[in-house]
Amino acid sequence: MSDNQLSVEERNKRTLTKLVIWAVGMFAFAFLMVPFYNVICDITGLNGKTSSTAATDAPAEVVEDRTVTVEFITQKGDGISGEFTSETKRVKVHPGEITLVHFYASNPTDSDMVTQSIPSVSPGEAARYLHKTQCFCFDQQTLAAGERKDMPMIFYLDPEIPRHINQFTLSYTIFDVTERVAGKNNSVAAN
Amino acid sequence: MSTAAATHDDHHDHHHAPTGLKRWLFSTNHKDIGTLYLWFSFAMFLVGGFMAMVIRAELLEPGMQFVDPEFFNQMTTVHGLVMVFGAVMPATVGLANWMIPLMIGAPDMALPRMNNWSFWILPFAFGILIFAVLMSAFGAGNPSAPNFGWTFYAPLSTKYGPASTDLFILSVHMMGISSIMGAINVVVTVFNMRAPGMTMMKMPLFVWTWLITAFLLIAVIPVLAGVVTMMLTDRHFGTSFFDAAGGGDPVLFQHVFWFFGHPEVYIMILPSFGIVSAIIPAFARKPLFGYASMVYATASIALLSFVVWAHHMFTVGMPLAGTLFFMYMTMLISVPTGVKVFNWVATMWRGSMTFELPMKWAIAFVVLFTCGGLSGLMLAITPVDFQYHDTYFVVAHFHYVLVTGAIFSIFAAAYYWLPKWSGVMPSKLLGELHFWNSLISANLLFFPMHFVGLAGMPRRYADYALQFADYNFWISIGGFWFGLSQVIFLVVAVRCAMKKGEPAPAKPWEGAEGLEWEVPSPAPFHTFDTPPVIK
Ligand code: HEM
Ligand SMILES: [Cu+2]
Repeated sequence: MSDNQLSVEERNKRTLTKLVIWAVGMFAFAFLMVPFYNVICDITGLNGKTSSTAATDAPAEVVEDRTVTVEFITQKGDGISGEFTSETKRVKVHPGEITLVHFYASNPTDSDMVTQSIPSVSPGEAARYLHKTQCFCFDQQTLAAGERKDMPMIFYLDPEIPRHINQFTLSYTIFDVTERVAGKNNSVAAN
Repeated sequence: MSTAAATHDDHHDHHHAPTGLKRWLFSTNHKDIGTLYLWFSFAMFLVGGFMAMVIRAELLEPGMQFVDPEFFNQMTTVHGLVMVFGAVMPATVGLANWMIPLMIGAPDMALPRMNNWSFWILPFAFGILIFAVLMSAFGAGNPSAPNFGWTFYAPLSTKYGPASTDLFILSVHMMGISSIMGAINVVVTVFNMRAPGMTMMKMPLFVWTWLITAFLLIAVIPVLAGVVTMMLTDRHFGTSFFDAAGGGDPVLFQHVFWFFGHPEVYIMILPSFGIVSAIIPAFARKPLFGYASMVYATASIALLSFVVWAHHMFTVGMPLAGTLFFMYMTMLISVPTGVKVFNWVATMWRGSMTFELPMKWAIAFVVLFTCGGLSGLMLAITPVDFQYHDTYFVVAHFHYVLVTGAIFSIFAAAYYWLPKWSGVMPSKLLGELHFWNSLISANLLFFPMHFVGLAGMPRRYADYALQFADYNFWISIGGFWFGLSQVIFLVVAVRCAMKKGEPAPAKPWEGAEGLEWEVPSPAPFHTFDTPPVIK
C-alpha cells in the first residue's frame, strides 16, 4: 500500500512537471506570436503593412496597357496639431512606372518635434506589390519649431500586381514620438 | 456544506479536520475547496448581476438617467470580467473539485495544497478588481475603473487605459495563475488517481469534458497572461507591441487575445456538456447515447477551437482567403456540437422521462444552448457578420450560450448534486419557482436583443436611438426579473447549507449512475480511502 502510495506521488510529480513546462511554453508562445505575426505580415502584406526598407532594384518593365489608381490619405495621430497632407490625393499609374508624391508636415509649436509616420495599405493584398524606393516613413523625421517640411515619397508598383487590383489606398498616420525618443536617449545616457 | 468531520479516519493522522475559519483557510480537502469555489462563484454571480442591473436600469429608457456614460462603460467591462472569470469559471472548477474525485473513486485531488492556493488567490484577484470599481463609484476624485470592455482591446486599454488598468492587469494575472493551477490539478488527478479498473473510457463524461477543458486552460491562459504582460510593458516600459507609433500593431492584440478568447468560450461550455450528459441519462433512465462519440466530439471541438479565433475579427480587413478559412472552420465546429445535441435528444428518445428539477434545467439547456449555437452559425458567415458585428445580436448570441447555456447547466448541476453535498433535498417549491421564473425572464431578457441587434443597435453604449425604446424597455424588465429570480436560489442554497429540508438518501435520483451515489449523503469528509470496486 505505501509502496503504491509513493509511486502515485511520484507519478503526480512527473505529470505536474510536464504540465508546468507546457504552461510556461505557452506563455513564451504568446510572445513568439509577435515576430511570427510580423513575418506573416511582411510576406503576405496581411493587414496592409508595406515594407519598411527601400526597394533597391528597378522595375523590370512598365506595363503600359494597365493603369492602377493609387489614393493617399493622411491622418494625424496623438500630439500632432499641425498640418499633414499629401500634395496629390490620387494618381493613376502603370505598373512599373516610377512616381513621386510630395507629403507635407508642419510643426506650429515652438519646440522641435520628432515624428514617425506609419503606412498602411487597403486592401491589404496590394501591400506586397507596392515598392517604395524612398519614403519619409523609413526614418523618423525631425520638424524644427515652426517648420513646414516637404517629405517626398517615390514608389512603383510591381509589374506582377494581379489584374483584379485596379485601385488601392495608401494611408499614413503621423505620430509625435519626441518623448519616446527622448526617453530612449535618457536611458542610454543613464547607462 | 459538508461538515461530516466525524466520519474521518483516525489512522490518517495528517488528515485532521480543523474547525471554524481555519478549516476553510487551510483546507486541502477537495469537498471543502469545492464548496468554497461554489459559494465564491455564486457571490460573484450576484456582484456581476448587480452591475448588469445598473446597465439595464440605464437602458430602460432612452436618454441618460442614472449613471454617466463613463461609469456605464466601467459597468459593462467589469460585469463581463466578473461573470466570465469570477462566476462561470470558478463554478465549474468547484464542481470539478467536488465531483471528479468522487466520480473516479479517488480519495482527494492529486495536489491538495496547490488546490488550496488556487482557490485562495481568487478572492484577492477579484478584491483588486472590485476595489477599482468602488473607488470609481465612491472614491475621492472618482478615478475610472477599467472601462475598455471585457476584451480590453489595445490601444484603448494601453495608451488610453485609466490608471486602474494596472490593477486590472494584476488581477488578470492572479486569476490566470489560479485557473492554471486548478487545471493542472484536474489533469494530474484524472491521469493518476483513478481507482483500479476505472479506465479512461469508463470515466463519466463530466470527467472527460473537464479533462479536455483543463488542457484548454493550460494551453491558453498563459497566452492571456502573455497579452496582459505585453500591455503592461507597453504602458510602462517603452515597448510597442500594440502601439503603431513605435512600429507595433493594435490588430496584433486582437489576434493574441482571441487566440486565448475563443478557446476560453469553450472552457466555459465544455464542463456544461459533461453536466448535461450526466443528468439526461439519469432522468431518461437510459444510458447516454453514443458515449464514445461524445468523447471524440468534445476532443474535436477543443482542437478546432484553436483555429477559429479570427471569426471575432472579420471586420479588421483580413485577406479574403483568411476570412474564408476562418468562416469554414467556425462552421465546422458546429458539426461536433450538433453531434452532442443529437446524442442528448437520442438519449431522451423513448426514455422513461421524469422532469425533476435537474432535468428541467438540463432540457432548457439543450433547447436554449442550441438557439445560441444557431445565432453563432449566423455570425460565422463573414458577410453577414459585417452587419451583425458589435451589435446586440452578438450580445444575444453569447448570452444564450453563456446564461441559458453554461449557467443553466450549472444550476442543473447544483440541483442534481446538492443532496450529495448537503445531505438534504433542495426545496422543490423554491426550485420550481427559481426555474420557471429564470426560464421565462431569461428569454424576455435575451430574445429581443436579437431584434434590436439586427436593426442595428450597437453594443456597449449608454444610450440608443428612439426606435429601440420599446424592445429595450422589455429587455430591462426581463433583466430585473431574471436578477430577482436568482435570489430564490440563494434561499435554496442557504437552506441546504443549514440542513433544512427532507434528508437525502445516498442515491436520491432513481436513474442516476456513478460512483458518487455509492457514498452516503452528505458525502463524508473522506471518501474512497480504499478504492471502490469498479464493475
Ligand atoms: C456553434 C457554435 C458557435 C459559433 C459558430 C459561434 C460563432 C461566433 C462568432 C462568429 C462570434 C463573433 C461575432 C462578432 O463579434 O461579430 C461569436 C461571439 C461570441 N461567442 Fe460564439 N459561437 C459559437 C458558440 C459559442 C459558445 C459555446 C460560447 C460560450 C459558451 C460562445 C461565446 C461567444 C462570446 C462570449 C462571443 C462574444 C465575444 C465578444 O465580442 O465579447 N460562442 N461567436
Ligand atoms: Cu469564438
